[in-house]
Amino acid sequence: METLPKQKKNKTKYINPYLGGVLMGIVMLISIFISGRELGISGAIRDSVVATANVISPTAAKKSSYYGKFLKNGHHPMDNWLDYEVLGAILGGLLSGILFKRVRKPFVERGPNVSRGRRLTAALIGGILFGFGTRLGRGCTSGAALSGASTFAFGGVLVMFILFGAAFAVAYFFRKLWI
Amino acid sequence: MGPLFPNNLISGEWNLLIALFIGMAFGFLLEASGFSSARNIAGAFYGYNFVVVRVFFTAVIVSMVGLLYLGYFGWLNLSQIFILPTYLPSMITGAVIMGVGMIIGGFCPGTSLTAVVIGKIDALFFAIGLYLGILLFAEGYPFLEKFYHAGYLGHITLTELTGIKAGWWAFGFTVIALAAFWVTAIIEKKVRKRIKEYKF
Repeated sequence: METLPKQKKNKTKYINPYLGGVLMGIVMLISIFISGRELGISGAIRDSVVATANVISPTAAKKSSYYGKFLKNGHHPMDNWLDYEVLGAILGGLLSGILFKRVRKPFVERGPNVSRGRRLTAALIGGILFGFGTRLGRGCTSGAALSGASTFAFGGVLVMFILFGAAFAVAYFFRKLWI
Repeated sequence: MGPLFPNNLISGEWNLLIALFIGMAFGFLLEASGFSSARNIAGAFYGYNFVVVRVFFTAVIVSMVGLLYLGYFGWLNLSQIFILPTYLPSMITGAVIMGVGMIIGGFCPGTSLTAVVIGKIDALFFAIGLYLGILLFAEGYPFLEKFYHAGYLGHITLTELTGIKAGWWAFGFTVIALAAFWVTAIIEKKVRKRIKEYKF
């Protein structure tokens, strides 16, 4: 149903978006009922950065004002709730991909008017910006916007509206990447 | 009764195992809803595919209303759940940077990971970018620390900020979401018709 003309080659079926949304809401409620918190993603990538720093130079990492914050308790920096949750998200994505036959030989998905190289460069730059932004924003679309807004956190609603608003405001300038 | 783990009703080991399963359900739903495609995500900002708006806002209002019910039934102590803290200047700046990153890259962190595992190389580049962006922040932290902690309002909710009850906020968001679903469906229909001429 939600297929774009260019993707018609591999007819791919998505679930109804409202059903997806309701189920996602229920998953968040289960998460909050059991663990007292909702979903997140970017914090786990931060943990992997901290873990790398800790491998390269444990003493420097412990002394660092940023890495040190996550190395205080003596645990491995990737041994916490969020990291298991993100590991699950990766496995869950793979499971859905297999089930709906969307797992393919690696390829670059891009708009009709953009070259492979440009798309990959844009993806890398977009990722760097997004990654940097997650630290200032106290989380990403999942941890700050989605989970924050759905627990009535002011910060979550703020990030949600500004994130989507900023994307919309600059969309015109990057239209060649997509349409 | 709930939340179970903060009330010591389940052990830490169980909590981590459950985190894995909750993540699996989340990742599954992201991929199954079509978020493993950057073109589907970018579509919301060009009017040809509003799947992001539908899934995202439905999830938010289900969770909001569900939380109020769980609290009302006495199954969940709402004072024990995690509330995101608010730091005004840094979070506004971060959200703007993330928004620009999303339009340029076409993903957000969670969606990029589910796209990597089904074979999207563009998503892999985005995910590598995330790592580098966070590394950049971590290394620059001494210069950013002051800004990072400025404008702290605490773990504040909409109700604490405005005095308006959570039920009204949930109601307001539901009305906004329903209106957005309706309007975006009309826009999507129009844009898709026009895009055919351009051999999209």
